[in-house]
Amino acid sequence: MPKLKLGPEAEHRLMAAREYRGLARIEGPLIFVRKTHPVGYRELVECVDSGGTLRLGMVMDSSDDLVVAQIFEGTQNLTLPDTRVRFTGKPLSLGVSTAMLGRVFDGLGRPIDGGPPPKAEREVDVNGRPINPIAREYPRDFIQTGISAIDGMNTLIRGQKLPIFSGNGLPHNELAAQIARQAKIRGGKTDFAVVFAAMGVKHDVATFFTRSFEETGSSDNVALFLSLADDPSIERIVTPRVALSLAEYLAYEKGMHVLVILTDMANYCESLREISTIRGEIPSRKGYPGYLYSDLAEIYERSGMIKGLPGSITQLPILTMPNDDISHPIPDLTGYITEGQIVFERDMAGRGIYPPVAGLPSLSRLMKDGIGKGMTREDHPHLASQLFAAYSYVKDVRNLASVIGEEELSPLDKKYIAFGEFFETRFINQSSSEERSMEQTLDLGWEALRRLPAEELHRVTDEELDTWYGAEVGE
Amino acid sequence: MNERIIGRVQRVNGPVIILKGVRDARMLELVHVGDNLLVGEVIKLEGEKALVQVYEDTTGLAPGEPAYGSGMPLSLELGPGLLGSIYDGIQRPLDELLKRTGTFIGRGVSANALDRSKRWRFVPTAAKECLLNAGAVLGTVQETSRIEHRICLPPDISGKLISVAPEGEYGVDDIVAVIDTGKERRELTMVQRWPIRVPRPARSRRPPSIPLVTGQRVIDTLFPLAKGGTVAIPGGFGTGKTMTQHAIAKWCDADLIVYIGCGERGNEMTDVLTEFPHLVDPRTGKSLMERTVLIANTSNMPVSAREASVYTGVTIAEYFRDQGYHVAVMADSTSRWAEALRELSGRMEEMPAEEGFPAYLPTRIAEFYERAGYMDTLSGAEGSMSIIGAVSPPGGDFSEPVTQHTKRFVRCFWGLDRNLANARHYPAISWLDSYSEYLEDVSPWWTDLVGEGWAQDRKEVVELLRRETRLLQVVKLVGPDALPDSQRFVIEVCSLFKNAFLQQNAFDDVDRFSSPLKQYRMLSLILAYWRRGAAAIKQGVSLGALRKIAVLQDIVKMKFTIKDDDEEAFAKLAAALDRAMDRLESAYA
Repeated sequence: MPKLKLGPEAEHRLMAAREYRGLARIEGPLIFVRKTHPVGYRELVECVDSGGTLRLGMVMDSSDDLVVAQIFEGTQNLTLPDTRVRFTGKPLSLGVSTAMLGRVFDGLGRPIDGGPPPKAEREVDVNGRPINPIAREYPRDFIQTGISAIDGMNTLIRGQKLPIFSGNGLPHNELAAQIARQAKIRGGKTDFAVVFAAMGVKHDVATFFTRSFEETGSSDNVALFLSLADDPSIERIVTPRVALSLAEYLAYEKGMHVLVILTDMANYCESLREISTIRGEIPSRKGYPGYLYSDLAEIYERSGMIKGLPGSITQLPILTMPNDDISHPIPDLTGYITEGQIVFERDMAGRGIYPPVAGLPSLSRLMKDGIGKGMTREDHPHLASQLFAAYSYVKDVRNLASVIGEEELSPLDKKYIAFGEFFETRFINQSSSEERSMEQTLDLGWEALRRLPAEELHRVTDEELDTWYGAEVGE
Repeated sequence: MNERIIGRVQRVNGPVIILKGVRDARMLELVHVGDNLLVGEVIKLEGEKALVQVYEDTTGLAPGEPAYGSGMPLSLELGPGLLGSIYDGIQRPLDELLKRTGTFIGRGVSANALDRSKRWRFVPTAAKECLLNAGAVLGTVQETSRIEHRICLPPDISGKLISVAPEGEYGVDDIVAVIDTGKERRELTMVQRWPIRVPRPARSRRPPSIPLVTGQRVIDTLFPLAKGGTVAIPGGFGTGKTMTQHAIAKWCDADLIVYIGCGERGNEMTDVLTEFPHLVDPRTGKSLMERTVLIANTSNMPVSAREASVYTGVTIAEYFRDQGYHVAVMADSTSRWAEALRELSGRMEEMPAEEGFPAYLPTRIAEFYERAGYMDTLSGAEGSMSIIGAVSPPGGDFSEPVTQHTKRFVRCFWGLDRNLANARHYPAISWLDSYSEYLEDVSPWWTDLVGEGWAQDRKEVVELLRRETRLLQVVKLVGPDALPDSQRFVIEVCSLFKNAFLQQNAFDDVDRFSSPLKQYRMLSLILAYWRRGAAAIKQGVSLGALRKIAVLQDIVKMKFTIKDDDEEAFAKLAAALDRAMDRLESAYA
């Protein structure tokens, strides 16, 4: 048979116009289509139901005669004979522009605030591409959040991905909003933007964030992507990718410093599991697919800084740990990819401490290169290390006290108890509107250490003791 | 392209695809798939179908597109130019990819692993007309100021050397020797190719006897690794696996480092890339990058290339081992490699064993670690490859399959402890869970260095730590005051040992590396305090008085204040300790 000589691209475009009527099978969010032309893996699918409504989907499996595609808006009301399917010949893409700031979109990036679609400056594939590791710039500039638990102990660095591991009913939204409000980079004004992606969260949560941005007058610098709890769960698979596509455009092409808040990653993983199960894949832990790690990495690794480019993407994913269990696959795999984690503790929240940041399991991996002389203050690295060490011992002393009673503790151990009390109620604890400078935070840290005798402070140098621990030796 | 079409795509489902109409494909053959020429490998043949694992993102690949066979297995280019390079999992140089496709990695790019434009000064060492064994050295190239690259015969070629190029500048593709193998004449360049999944042969294996000195006290003194040995570092996230790997890669006394970032964070590789060129090797005064090869397949890069990356790393390491070097391979993390196996196995719809991992997981782990060893190489030199594999157990639970199977095939285990990490006690290597089977093997080396006492002293301190653990359980129940002074002193000494010896600050210019001699002096001082203190308590000296002696503060800080091998400072400190104890005892006498 003579074959038309066409380049693969042109051939694809020609074929893409072809429309198929009728489906072979529908199962959950997946449709199965018999077709006659080659369809690419992960190609965008347009699907029109009998009522004429357009839905979007993505090819998950493509073979000689059958294509499996997932429909983002769900498959309710689709019929086998009357559904029409078009393969577009390109992956799901998003038209991005700076005009998207100040707007609200659905989980697929279509405006839902009543305004017209913003004029796209560029079309980008939402799946993104991995950043070449040698093109990365190692992040070093700290972001001052005005929150002691973060600035002092788990310093956030521009270009970092630092998730909040929380639980249901804990104030993770308040903290994320506070960070978005207060985040500052020392010296120098910069273009700052927030990209907010909601996956399966309640309407109230979305409203909380919208209002919080409005109150500070920053909503012009915020783009919201909302896939709420009552939207089809499959849509959530795409939402973070859509949001990050805009973030990448703003950061790497427009030179902005972008803070991306993703909430709630647990819902995202649930959707992934749902689809994996329907496709009959072999599950690994707790029914989650074996590629959960790779899939999460595709999202989290879309952050950082690029050599020679001014912008940055800082990610603040929020995830509620099922049953507060940090070893659950979702927080566990997240922790292996992200550069540290802020962990919430229910017990601290119960005692009225805000933010209830657990001292010991929380960690910022990039902190070491962003603090100290010339960046925060020269005493910061040793001070933070000393606070961690002392607070860790407090936990031991408290365990002991719960057995033998606080009265029976040695005088030194009692001092540790006092230190722990001060550390939690004065250093960690602050109001959700309080903004502390880095100096205030560090001074407060030394004030906490003054509850302890100088001989106990092994992790700070003698000079630091002279300068900061000072004359007012703890009583 | 001179490759033949071996079949057409029938089905695409992620990184594993099915080809149809396949007649002459070979198992493990390197193939290029589709119009974009994505790199892949044949992993299963069945009738007219072939399963291909694709090393790049398969988005857009459609049924009907052709697949081209290369006729050879996935192989590496080995020759001058490897050092200081950074490759992806299938040995494509990342700087070349950057030039071709920009900041974000594109697809279907083929690039030479070794720079073709570079000229190397080749100095022949083999004489014409000589009969050469496989692996024999033909000549040398001074690749970096510290590493002399020895150009050897490939392991599968031997014969009479008909001609060898005179000293001069050559590119890697220039012919530098002609060999008469008896059957044919072979023209050789400075490059050889070797399939990644086949271990490179050596003459024989030797028992390990020399420690790989890492400069990390908890490792060298308590749980030493031998050159040619294998070790696993398991730990949950945030316990410091990568930090430990970095510290070893920086300061260990191997000649060469191959660092495999397998499915880990992009910024960690950037950290290595920005930091290593500025760090100076304490032994040679040269930049650390001059002895390092990096393999970077970060977590968001394609999963099948992650599977290949560990083999790429060990093959490069074996190549340098064959030149008579001691090479240390850091694999961070082997769990990501195992997970890549699981993911691919799932896509192939294989029957899973434990937790979805394929049943051949233990075999693959064993094959990987067994490539390590201390060898007599084919060229007659001695060389070794040590493997230091990080393991990332889900939930920090060491009972999961990857940790358990790895434990079966390594002889050294550095278990990282969450509680230590939470207290910012780094390196967070647990003294209770960890072990080293190389202890006996390397004892003679230590004895040569510091005398008979080493094994005994080490044993004593380990025994103390075990006693402390038991005592702490009692303390948890009744408080420390219920214990007699002699037992509280055990806790006291162990706490000193942890603070002053086991904890090591990777960011302090002095503390980040301790020479074996310094380690032993520190250990001796702490044990001297223990021995004299225990005797003093018997004589009625109170624990409070023992705690208060001023010299103790100097002992706590000696890791920061006393430089390597400053024998005088250690002698002074020891004398000061003796005097303080003498005074105490005489006060109570």
